[in-house]
Amino acid sequence: MAKRDNAADLVGLLSVEGQDLAAAWVREVSASLGSRVGTAELDRELRELYDALVDALQQGATDVHAEQMSEVRALLTELSRNRARQGFSPTETAISVFALKRVLEPVLQEGSGDETRAYLELGRVLDGLGLFTIESYSQTRDEIITAQAEQLLELSTPVVRLWDGVIAVPLVGTLDSARTQVVMEKLLQALVDTGSEQAIIDITGVPAVDTQVAQHLLKTIVAARLMGAECTVSGISPQIAQTIVALGIEFDDIITKASLADALKLALRRSGVDLVAHEGVQR
Amino acid sequence: MTAPWAAGEDPKVYPIARSGDLVHIRQAIRALAQQSRLSLVDQTKMITAASELARNTLIYGGGGKVTAGLVSANGRRGVAAVFEDSGPGIPDVDQAMTDGWTSGGGLGLGLSGARRLVDDFRLDTAPGEGTTVSITKWAR
Ligand SMILES: Nc1ncnc2c1ncn2[C@@H]1O[C@H](COP(=O)(O)OP(=O)(O)OP(=O)(O)O)[C@@H](O)[C@H]1O
Ligand SMILES: [Mg+2]
Repeated sequence: MAKRDNAADLVGLLSVEGQDLAAAWVREVSASLGSRVGTAELDRELRELYDALVDALQQGATDVHAEQMSEVRALLTELSRNRARQGFSPTETAISVFALKRVLEPVLQEGSGDETRAYLELGRVLDGLGLFTIESYSQTRDEIITAQAEQLLELSTPVVRLWDGVIAVPLVGTLDSARTQVVMEKLLQALVDTGSEQAIIDITGVPAVDTQVAQHLLKTIVAARLMGAECTVSGISPQIAQTIVALGIEFDDIITKASLADALKLALRRSGVDLVAHEGVQR
Repeated sequence: MTAPWAAGEDPKVYPIARSGDLVHIRQAIRALAQQSRLSLVDQTKMITAASELARNTLIYGGGGKVTAGLVSANGRRGVAAVFEDSGPGIPDVDQAMTDGWTSGGGLGLGLSGARRLVDDFRLDTAPGEGTTVSITKWAR
C-alpha cells in the first residue's frame, strides 16, 4: 500500500512533534505582507488552511484537484478573493501558499532520504495550490473590472431634466456601441417617463466623432422622432464640425447648436416658453 | 510608407484585436499629433481617420495591427500610421472608396472619408492577401 505510506509521509512532514509549523508559516507570510493584513486574521486564515491541508493529505489527496481537497480549495478561494479586493498583487497572494515550502525547508538538510522525497512531493502539491490561488485571484479581479465597467457605463450617461418637457444627455468620452445603446435606451425611456417632447444631446465632452458615433447619433435621433420628440445636438466644436464635413457625414436634417445654452433656448421656444429679460437688468 | 519615420523616435506597434483597442489607438495618435504640433483641427482629423481605419481592420480585416509614429521630411514633422491586416482584402477598390458604399451596415464613409481627412493616403490590397492602409498628416 504505497499510497497510504505516502500520505503518512506527507502528513508527517507537517506534524512534527514539538514544533508549531503553522505559527512559523504565519510569521513567514506576515513578514512578506507587512501590516496590511491583521496578524489575528492571518493567523486564523492560515491555521484553518493548515488543518484542512493536513486533513486532505491524511485522506490521501495527492493534488489540488483531488476530491479530498475541496475544503482547501474553498479556503484558498476565499483567501484569494479577499487579497484581490484588498488590492494585493498576485505574488503577494500566492506567497501565502509558497511560504509553507520555506518553512519546511530545514527538512532537506536534516531529514532522511524519505523525508526529502516527501518534501518534493508536498512541494508539487503546494505548487498546485499556489497556482490555484492565482487563478482565483485573477477571476476575482476580472469580476471587479467587469462590474466597474458596467458601473461606468451607467455613471457616464445621466439623463437630466432641464425644464418641463426638456431633457438632456451630456455625453463625455468615447462612444462605443455598448455605451451608445445605453444612452439611446435611457434617452428614449426618459422621454416616456417625463412626457418630454424636446431632447438635447450634448457632445461637448466627446473628443472625436467618427462614422460609428455619427451613425449611433443619427439612429437615436430617428428613434426619438418616431416617439414624437425632437432632438437637438449641441456642443459641436469647430474641429469636430470640420471633421464631420470632411468625412462626408450628412447632418442636414438634424438641428445642431454650438452650445447647450443655445439648444435649451431653442427647446424652450419650441415648447412654448418665452424667456423675458427684465428691464434694467443688464444681459 | 511615403515618408521615413523620424530619426531617433521608433514607431510603436498596437494590436487591433477587440473594440477596446480602438480607444488606445486614438489616444496614442492624439499624443503623437500633439507632439508633432498639429493644429487642433488637424489633430481631430488624424484621430478620426485612424479610428475609421482601425475599425475597418478589426471588422473587415478580422483584426491586425497598426504601426504609428512621427515622421519627418524636408524639415516638416508629421504623424503616420500604417494599418495592416491579413484578412480577405478588398476586391473592388474603386467601389470601396465610393462615398456611401458599404458591404456591412455602416455609412460607407470610413475609407473615402479618411482619405479626405489626411495629407497622404495609400491603400494596398488584393483579394486574399490582406489590406494595408498608410496615412500621414503633416504639421503646417
Ligand atoms: N481592411 C479591410 N479589409 C477588407 N475590406 C475592407 C477593409 N476596409 C474596408 N473594407 C471594405 O470597404 C467597404 C467600405 O469601407 P468604409 O470604411 O468606407 O465603410 P464601412 O466601414 O462599411 O462604413 P463606415 O462608414 O461605418 O466606415 C467596407 O464595407 C468593406 O467592404
Ligand atoms: Mg469603416
